[in-house]
Amino acid sequence: MSNKKKKKLTPVQQQYHSFSKAREPQRPVLLNVIRAFLAGGTICLLGQFIQDFFLWNFNFTEKTAGDPTVAVLILLSVILTASGVYDHIAQWAGAGTAVPVTGFANSIASAAIEHRSEGFVLGVGASMFQLAGSVIVFGVFAAFVVVLIKTTLALLGGS
Amino acid sequence: MLHGHQTWVFPNKPSIVSTATVGGPFEAEGPLAEDFDLLHGDLWLGQDSYEKAEKKMLEEACEMAIQKAGLQKQDIQFFLSGDLMNQIISSSFAARTLAVPYLGLYGACSSSMESLTLGCLIVDSGSGNYVLCGTSSHNAAAEKQYRYPTEYGSQKPPTAQWTVTGAGVALLSSKGEGPRVTSATIGRVVDMGVTDPFNMGSAMAPAAVDTITAHFRDLRISPQDYDLIATGDLGRVGHRIAGDLLKKHGLEIPEDRFTDCGILIYSKDQPVVLAGGSGCGCSATVTYGHILNRVKKGELKKVLIVATGALLSPLSYQQKESIPCVAHAVSIEFNH
Amino acid sequence: MEIYFWAFVVGGLICVIGQLLLDVGKFTPAHVMSILVVSGAILDGLGLYEPLIDFAGAGATVPITSFGNALVHGALAEAQQVGIIGILTGIFEVTSAGISAAIIFGFLAALLFKPKG
Repeated sequence: MSNKKKKKLTPVQQQYHSFSKAREPQRPVLLNVIRAFLAGGTICLLGQFIQDFFLWNFNFTEKTAGDPTVAVLILLSVILTASGVYDHIAQWAGAGTAVPVTGFANSIASAAIEHRSEGFVLGVGASMFQLAGSVIVFGVFAAFVVVLIKTTLALLGGS
Repeated sequence: MLHGHQTWVFPNKPSIVSTATVGGPFEAEGPLAEDFDLLHGDLWLGQDSYEKAEKKMLEEACEMAIQKAGLQKQDIQFFLSGDLMNQIISSSFAARTLAVPYLGLYGACSSSMESLTLGCLIVDSGSGNYVLCGTSSHNAAAEKQYRYPTEYGSQKPPTAQWTVTGAGVALLSSKGEGPRVTSATIGRVVDMGVTDPFNMGSAMAPAAVDTITAHFRDLRISPQDYDLIATGDLGRVGHRIAGDLLKKHGLEIPEDRFTDCGILIYSKDQPVVLAGGSGCGCSATVTYGHILNRVKKGELKKVLIVATGALLSPLSYQQKESIPCVAHAVSIEFNH
Repeated sequence: MEIYFWAFVVGGLICVIGQLLLDVGKFTPAHVMSILVVSGAILDGLGLYEPLIDFAGAGATVPITSFGNALVHGALAEAQQVGIIGILTGIFEVTSAGISAAIIFGFLAALLFKPKG
């Protein structure tokens, strides 16, 4: 992807890119990866505890216990977002907080809170999905294509 | 008067008769807090949106500058201002409150020197007695418009900068005491194909270098003629790149007199600012506060301020455009 | 309790993939999430995601990839019952909890809180 961009640059621009890259602090990839692993693993471990809690103490089965678990994690993320703490944790954790469902909840809550100054309908309502919208759109569309292919193959296989 | 290709020399040397700088909580914790006229403890200023808070800061700065000069709003001929908000609403709404004839400008973070340059042209040519030149920026309003909601958990890279919450205003006049503006070099738009909005310093450095080079070429002077050359908001990353790029082009500025407002305004103990300060308010508050204070005390006799701006929009970025930048340079001196 | 170990490791590894996409691939967070959710959908189409859930528990259900998996599940179950139209009617069945919770709690947060900057 970055090579395609480089091809559109003139030689002077390409020269500048190498010049500036040599003088820029690089992202600490290894450190970020370790932090993401630890933070993401911890959130998933927390999710596992919450799931087991619902399993043992309520009438949920293995299959359905995932729902309240996700709801609890979402609630936690929203509270942390609203109290101004989430973004500081996320600066440390990177993908560790963004990839679990906590990231999804944070993107919705942060956009909703931010745009309150534009009112509830045009601000909160309209802007709530400005970051999470693409996840839903692409998730749904991908599911549509996958299931379409699967059912078509099944029909062809059957007949 | 035109000198060379793109530099104006002001034979009547307009005076900066007063300045005013307003800042927010982060600026209050920085090393230049003493140089601010007014500092606020939070980002809201009692308003119900960030955008309204930014407008209020600019209004406060304008009113203070006018008051410090012992004048009234009616004495001011023109108000020149720009900012980062869409349709420069902070400037326009402050102009509404001031009720002074208004020229709105957009130069992104180079707005401070853009407005000062044009203000000097007006005063120097006898087209105005008192001209107010200002700009402002607000951290949360800028993040909301250009990047992500402020509570969003995205991880910023080490090249990212922190938009200053601040407003800086200067009042120019053909008469009166104060540091005097002697020349201004207007920059061209330079685009080196940088596309990352979290790496503005690298995008803006070539524009700063282009304008600085033009300034010395047009006036046939050298960096030794200045006690201080300060770029607007290149930050630690962009400033280093600019210094090396200048050296490569045969124009070396001694390290002890080459600095950047984005580096000066925050300290190393403020890690969240990453590569340094940015925003229109950065060059304005540091120049009109800290640097001019040093000039007035006699520590510096001649300074060159090179404000740098990144002329992207959230839409241009989404449309895979790169970031074109511009830099404007203004020279200020004070002889006791 | 082996599942706790694997929940931690698998969840962590999926986040590592996300981090690499951010830092090395230079994708934006929105791009990374979209890539992961589509991957989850494809993996479930290939029948690989459910075994991962049995193995790693919350390590597979908590990351956003499981959202893609759940969307496919809902659509597939409905399509098997009522025919091809089930793809449209069943997609949000399994994921309803997540999306409803996010909207409801997000809106409540906007009602009660101001951003901290």
